Amino acid sequence: MQSFSYEKAQSVEQATGTTGKFIAGGTTLVDLMKLGVETPTQLVDVTALPLAQVETLPNGGLRIGAMVRNSDLAHHPAVGKDYAVLSEALLSGASPQLRNMATTGGNLLQRTRCPYFRDPSYSNCNKRNPGSGCAAIGGHNRMMAILGTSDACIATHPSDMCVALTALEATIQVEGPKGKRSIAIADFYKLPGTTPNVENALEPGELITYVDLPAPRKASKQVYLKLRDRASYEFALASAAVVAEVSGGHVRAVQIALGGVGTRPWRAHEAEAALTGKPATAAHFRAAAEDALKGAKPSSENGFKVELAKRCIVRAMTMASA
Amino acid sequence: MATQTTPPSQSNVIGRSVARIDGPLKTTGTAQYAADFHFPNMAHAVPVQSTIASGRIEKLDAAAAQSMPGVLLVLHHGNMDKLYRVVPNDFSATTSEARPPFEDRTIYYWGQYVAVVVAETLEQATAAAAAVKVEYSQTPAKLSTNLGDYAGKRPSVSQRGDAEKAFAAAPIKVDQTYVTPAETHNPIEMHATVAAWEGDSVTLYETSQGVVNHRYAMAQVLGIPRENVTVVTRFLGSGFGGKLFPWPHSALAAVASRRLQRPVKLSVNRTMMFSNVGHRPLCEQRFQLGATTDGKLLSLRQDYINHTSLIDDIDEGCGEATTYLYSVPSLTVTRALAQRNVGTPSPMRGPGAVPGLFAMESAMDELAVALNMDPVELRLRNDATKDESNGQPFSSRHLKECIETGAAKFGWKQRTPAVGSMRRDGRVLGWGMAAASWGAYRFPCAATVALEVDGRVTVRCATQDVGTGTYTIFAQVLQEKTGLPFERIGVHLGDTSMPEGPMSGGSWATASVLPAVSSAADSVVKTLLQVANSTAGSPFAGVDPAKLQLTAGRVHQAGEPAETGVPFEKLIAMARLSRISADGNTTAIFEDPKAKGLSLHSFGAQFVEVEWEPQIARLRVSRVVTVIDGGRIINPKAAANQIKGAVVMGVGMGLLEQTVYDPRTGQPINGNMADYLMATCPDTPEIDVTFLDYPDLAMGEYGARGIGEIGLAGVAPAIASAVYHATGVRVRTLPVRIEDLLQSRIREA
Repeated sequence: MQSFSYEKAQSVEQATGTTGKFIAGGTTLVDLMKLGVETPTQLVDVTALPLAQVETLPNGGLRIGAMVRNSDLAHHPAVGKDYAVLSEALLSGASPQLRNMATTGGNLLQRTRCPYFRDPSYSNCNKRNPGSGCAAIGGHNRMMAILGTSDACIATHPSDMCVALTALEATIQVEGPKGKRSIAIADFYKLPGTTPNVENALEPGELITYVDLPAPRKASKQVYLKLRDRASYEFALASAAVVAEVSGGHVRAVQIALGGVGTRPWRAHEAEAALTGKPATAAHFRAAAEDALKGAKPSSENGFKVELAKRCIVRAMTMASA
Repeated sequence: MATQTTPPSQSNVIGRSVARIDGPLKTTGTAQYAADFHFPNMAHAVPVQSTIASGRIEKLDAAAAQSMPGVLLVLHHGNMDKLYRVVPNDFSATTSEARPPFEDRTIYYWGQYVAVVVAETLEQATAAAAAVKVEYSQTPAKLSTNLGDYAGKRPSVSQRGDAEKAFAAAPIKVDQTYVTPAETHNPIEMHATVAAWEGDSVTLYETSQGVVNHRYAMAQVLGIPRENVTVVTRFLGSGFGGKLFPWPHSALAAVASRRLQRPVKLSVNRTMMFSNVGHRPLCEQRFQLGATTDGKLLSLRQDYINHTSLIDDIDEGCGEATTYLYSVPSLTVTRALAQRNVGTPSPMRGPGAVPGLFAMESAMDELAVALNMDPVELRLRNDATKDESNGQPFSSRHLKECIETGAAKFGWKQRTPAVGSMRRDGRVLGWGMAAASWGAYRFPCAATVALEVDGRVTVRCATQDVGTGTYTIFAQVLQEKTGLPFERIGVHLGDTSMPEGPMSGGSWATASVLPAVSSAADSVVKTLLQVANSTAGSPFAGVDPAKLQLTAGRVHQAGEPAETGVPFEKLIAMARLSRISADGNTTAIFEDPKAKGLSLHSFGAQFVEVEWEPQIARLRVSRVVTVIDGGRIINPKAAANQIKGAVVMGVGMGLLEQTVYDPRTGQPINGNMADYLMATCPDTPEIDVTFLDYPDLAMGEYGARGIGEIGLAGVAPAIASAVYHATGVRVRTLPVRIEDLLQSRIREA
């Protein structure tokens, strides 16, 4: 780990006025600094900022401060009541120790677990060294993405929380040297394309301040289903977040997002379109799942994720329609 | 050993469940593990690892590292002290890697140490280690991705009858190949050495499963007299076989410390543990079983191959359990080693037997399916009444009872054999079982027991407690012999300045230490009673020692209550002694006339239930019933703990664990606790452990054989068989994964 300066910001203005790298829970950043992947020279601790509240918005939605810890958010009564998919996603991720440290803002910026990204002895990583190539292609790729990949990067987005936020159509509030702005989560994460080093829409100096959730739809049922090899402390092989309104045996409205399979939290628009207005039956769920994975491009070891993700969608939809 | 002078047992402490006496030290964080030793002026060493698997160091530039803050020393091939190899096949002084670190410029495996940086702080050494520049010339690596292309020799391990002919003629056949992957030992305590020289003697604070071997081996490696090496391992956070013999980091710390004339600590981090301190090697085994239509084995052939390193020929020994578990007239076992650019493998819990039994018991399950016979019935039909590999009777074999007891406790009778035919709560159930065995061993041990003038009894022995309860076993024997409470019993282990004890490996520590402690304690009591007789002023002066006894710490007349006697420490004080001590010894089992001509093994049976949700390909082990025939159990609480831990490890072996080598670089690519999957608490099934508890008196007066490895043996094949029963998918390459389960034709529960 290289030497760095450390300061604790007392206000958002002070934080966004620096050129340092923000650190909150540090569960990703410190790990990557120890591995030599991240080499910041200046760290700005944002945990003292007044952004640790969960409050109701005038429109009935929920505003989550960027410094709210994952464990606090998962157990927050309003989240448990109206946004169960978010609570379930949070509790399925990491370990209690990590959740106690990790923050909402930090989780949004979680880096991939791609082993080649995490090991600087591989010089060929387009995320770390743009233009250097991708060691994961042709390497051990069982955990890699099958959706949204490019010739430059096949790294999976690892978060569970962000999959739920994607299904909930969250809005990310940011503040930076040029002022405040709102970014829909659909626009927040970038596909790797030829520039996998650009992972999100944040401009230099911009800080995530809040995550806003729309008002809950009364009739909606929410499910987060995570499939993995072991029962705890593992990233998803495939996961699905579903927010669905099912009545009279028909799917009236549905939002589906997938985890563990995409280079970013993956919104399954095709599946949603295939399901909306259709009978809530296993056959329709399966057909929608087929649509969702149509564009999948597996590598040598992760072809199974295609079928697993389909089954994940079918099961999550079945649960949401029960 | 027991003699007619053995006093009567003081209590029923042998065979009783007692909490480990070192438990409070561990729960309060006061137990000192290797890396917990700190000394004034101590420096920190961090190794530099090779980033290629095969080639040669062309240039190593340490100038930048050398000039960084706090850096004291950079050692590498160009400036290393002379180190030596140990005598090959001398089992009293074994190293893990024959090649001492930095011996030549050749790179044999990814992660090999190429330099070590020593600095004032760990942080400085870590930073400087990253600044050492190494240029390599690469040569094509032979990586351990599979062993199928092996075309070398296959020497015979065991042979009887004509397995080839019998197989060809057999009406029912199974002929399959089974693969178990490389697995990494992941004890919670990572490897570490703290080396401190005083003059020309060195003390090595180690995490070693064999302090005596470590001392003998390091004396040879360093080229100094044995008496100049002291090895200390007070506590281990387990080892699973990975800490049996010294690894190269021990020599690196010793040399760095000698150069600097300062104590040096070297901690091997978790990622390094995947390349530099051993692993269970990749094994491929072809099994051919021939049987009659009523399920009697006619022939068994096992051809196994395991990978080894370019440095060492390590035979996993997959035939360990093959030759005696079942009755079969014709049998052939062959072995083969495939050299690969990997670190040197080392024994890992149940070496040989555990992968061997995965293959054999999976093949037996396939045979049962082919015969349409219950797998329990197939085992019982082929039970052996003697060790057919050598014609010897078993000292104590109750495999049949293990299987029958396990079947009854598990409720096996309810099993319906058709694939996917059992359901519960919307899930498919799979039930599988396997038999297990592991050799029983006893090695030499010396121990000194002392009755101290302060009223304590102590024992000293240079063995070590791997974390399983060895300290407590010593205390149990002393309590049995003296009647003193544990608070007045001092057990001192893990220091080579004490009498030489055994390694903690092969499940033999308990059987090895018991006779030595017992006989030392008997001698010490005998001497005490003589002192009572001969000391002026003793109330027992002139009383025949044979008419005296020690009960609850008091010497008294036989037949009188203990309260009428005198505390032993008063007699010691009256005689103006500091202590009364005596040595005791254990002889090796192979030198014991009582064990001569006997086949000594532990046995077990594993019954496993898996729950299968076909819609989402989710499979979990829900229930395990384990029955162990491990001789007499000295401390059932600690023993059950070991078996339960082993079963959890078996869940990992069956469903999760695999060290993955990058197909291009040979790097263990999942070398951390997040990516190398081991069973977590939620993966832990309900575990029911039963010990049959038949004393095996060929092993010693207490009849203990040993446990630990036996708990892992058989778990993985029982899981794989349960998986087949639930899903119809026969997985012959571990671990069983979602990829395999997705092939199941059963789609609904």
